[in-house]
Order: sequence, then structure tokens, then C-alpha cells
Amino acid sequence: MEFSPLDRKGMAAWCARDIPEGWLVNLGIGFPTLVADFVPADREVIFHAENGVIGVGPAPEPDAVNPFLINASTTHVTLRTGGSYVHHADSFAIARGGHLDLCVLGAFEVAENGDVANWARSADEPVKQVGGAMDLAIGAQRLWVVMEHTTREGEPRIRQRCTYPLTAKGVVKRVYTNLAVLDVTPCGFVVRDILPE
Amino acid sequence: MAEPRATLARMIDKFVHSMADAMAGIADGSTILLGGFGDVGIPTALLDGLIEQGASDLTTVAVAGGRDGSAIERLLSPGRVRRLICSFVRPASLAGRLLQRGELEVEIVPQGTMAERMRAAGAGITGFYTPTGADTLLAEGRETREIGGRLCLLEYPLPGDVALIEAWCADRWGNLTYCDSTRNFNPVMAMAAKLTIAMTRHVAALGELPPETVVTPGIFVNRVLHVPL
Repeated sequence: MEFSPLDRKGMAAWCARDIPEGWLVNLGIGFPTLVADFVPADREVIFHAENGVIGVGPAPEPDAVNPFLINASTTHVTLRTGGSYVHHADSFAIARGGHLDLCVLGAFEVAENGDVANWARSADEPVKQVGGAMDLAIGAQRLWVVMEHTTREGEPRIRQRCTYPLTAKGVVKRVYTNLAVLDVTPCGFVVRDILPE
Repeated sequence: MAEPRATLARMIDKFVHSMADAMAGIADGSTILLGGFGDVGIPTALLDGLIEQGASDLTTVAVAGGRDGSAIERLLSPGRVRRLICSFVRPASLAGRLLQRGELEVEIVPQGTMAERMRAAGAGITGFYTPTGADTLLAEGRETREIGGRLCLLEYPLPGDVALIEAWCADRWGNLTYCDSTRNFNPVMAMAAKLTIAMTRHVAALGELPPETVVTPGIFVNRVLHVPL
């Protein structure tokens, strides 16, 4: 049986399909931001950006860029009708305070106990990039991860235990990879969906 | 006859009319809170003013160490900053290179914790426990405590000597509004510093800003410099 692993757009679309109307959702910087492109415009999902935007809309037309409106990836965006702004402390109160129905992050590794590693490749790495990942990971009602199933070298990213420094313990509920959708359960990973569909 | 001195009206007017006046008195060794996220809401003109003013040995608090060519590098490149408190540093940036050469101290703080530590400083909260980072390397050697079945990390306030912020519109009382996502860290930093210096794109007469649109009340602002777009 032959099939191609999903590309990043395919993984984002797989994840977007499962986001129901009415949820407040934070998308992590980079790859997870793609997920918004695959949520149909008529499904009212409210996207939160950590820099204080509630109701992030799609990218603007090239001739209608608002220089004062960006998302967490510092990309120019629009504000959906009904959207609003808060300052940074309130924005992270939304994250930490359990107000997000969902946060979708990228990661290096996810373990069967729900641990996630996405901020450093080793404890000795001198230059560290935490950003808002730790606050988002511990605060959201659910954390889903989108990432390739293996590294470029073929090493698994789906682990019994993470080998990289942790972002948070026991928080991941689901993983979307280029091969499968896995739920994290008390019994470990459970395959929810697998290619070919 | 001259008006008796005691009845002379002394208006509150926080506007300063030169960059030198805006930056007056910032001392070597100060902690500078620097607003902005990405290229949005950064008080770039005030950063240039601070470089001109000459204060050094600074501790700077900002969301990140910046990219090559970004505003914060104007302050990093002349070696004015001894210590940077931020949520991430890109390896391929001036801050990343200075850090690796041992020429810059860096304290990495999760972004939400950083914002809340400044909020705490402005609000008189002397410490708080948060689950953010409690299970991670960042908690090593620090006080943790289990609260409600969850491991939490003790965090302390992060006050500034000076906050440099960008506003959209200001009146002479220092009441400020912000445009779209330029708000970011600016209102939190305004509350957390002893001396808050705002640059504003527009000026309103007192009473012209609808009160319910004021995000930072002037009581948190010491000086305002008009820097038109």
C-alpha cells in the first residue's frame, strides 16, 4: 500500500477539521499558524494571539496592510468583526487562566505521558527561546501539537519519554503528525486516525 | 495688579518639548522597560534618545533580544546593556552573538511570567506562584510549592527605573490610547516603572479623548514627547 506523508498544509488541515465552532484558540508561532487557513470562514472560531489580539482574522490584501496589527509570529493580520485588543498581562491571563479552549503548538518531541519539549535541544544550549510556550502549554484547556512524526534523520519525535528539556509536563492531549493523529490517554498513545485515510 | 501668587493656576502638563528633556536624569545602571512586540509598539525614537543621552550599564527588559537590524540592537550594539531580561534570544542576532561571547548577561523569562512580574510590580504584589515553567529547567534551584495539586514556581515582581513606551494619542495629563496591537507590553510597563516616558504619535486637548478609550491613565505617565508619524 503506497501513500505520501502529509505536507505541513495537509497536517494543518487535518487539525483544523477538528476545531469546532465557538472555541477560543491560540495558535503557536510558525507552523501552527497555518491551521487558521483551513478553518472555514463561516465557522466562528476565535483566534487569540499572545501579543494581545482576540479575533485574529486572515492575512490582509497586499494593498490593505495595517502596519500596527500583527500576530505572535509578527506577521501582518486582520481583525475579525467582533475582535478586540488587550495588553500583554491580560493576554497571558487568558492563556494561564484556562480561558483558551485549545492551544496548538509545534514541538520537537511529545511523550506518551503528555510531556512536551519545544524550546531547547539541550540543557547546555546557551541561546534559549522560550517565548510564550510555557504559559500557553500549562494554561490551555487542551494542548494539541502539530509536528512531523520523525526528525529529518528519521529519529522518532513520538517518545516514551522526552529527551529534550521539557516545556511542560503531562499537558498534551493530541498530536497531529504527517502520518497519524494520536491521542494521549492514561494508557499511552492511541491512534485516532492514520494514513492512508 | 499682579495676581496673588497662591492663586496662580499650575496646570498639569506632562509634555516635554525636546528629546533631551525626555531623557533627562536617566542614570547609569538603570533598569529600562522597553515596550513593543515585533516591530509594533516599539518606542524607537526614545531608544535613539537614550543612546544619545549616554546612560550605560543598563538592564533592559523586552520581549526578545531582537533580530539583526531591529530597534533594540541600537542599544545593544554600543555596549550600553549589561543585562537583558527577555523571553527569547535568536542565536542569529546581535544579542545571541553577544551572549555566546560572554558580553551580555541574559535572563530568560517565559513571556506571560514576564508580563505578570511587571504587572505585580505596578500593583504592589510582592510575589506570586505560577505553574508556568515549574516543571522545567527554569525552576532549577528556585522555590517551588504544590498548590491545588499543581507544582508552582515562586516569581518576584519586575519593576523598572524607567519605562519607554509608545502611544497613539496623548493629552497633557499623560492619558494614553494605543493603536491596534501596539498596546502589547506598553500599559503594563507604564505601571511598573518609577519614571514612565511615552512617545505619542498624536496629541489631543485635555477632555478630547473619550474617557472610556483611555487605556493608560495619565497617573502612570511622567513625561510625554510628541513624535509625529
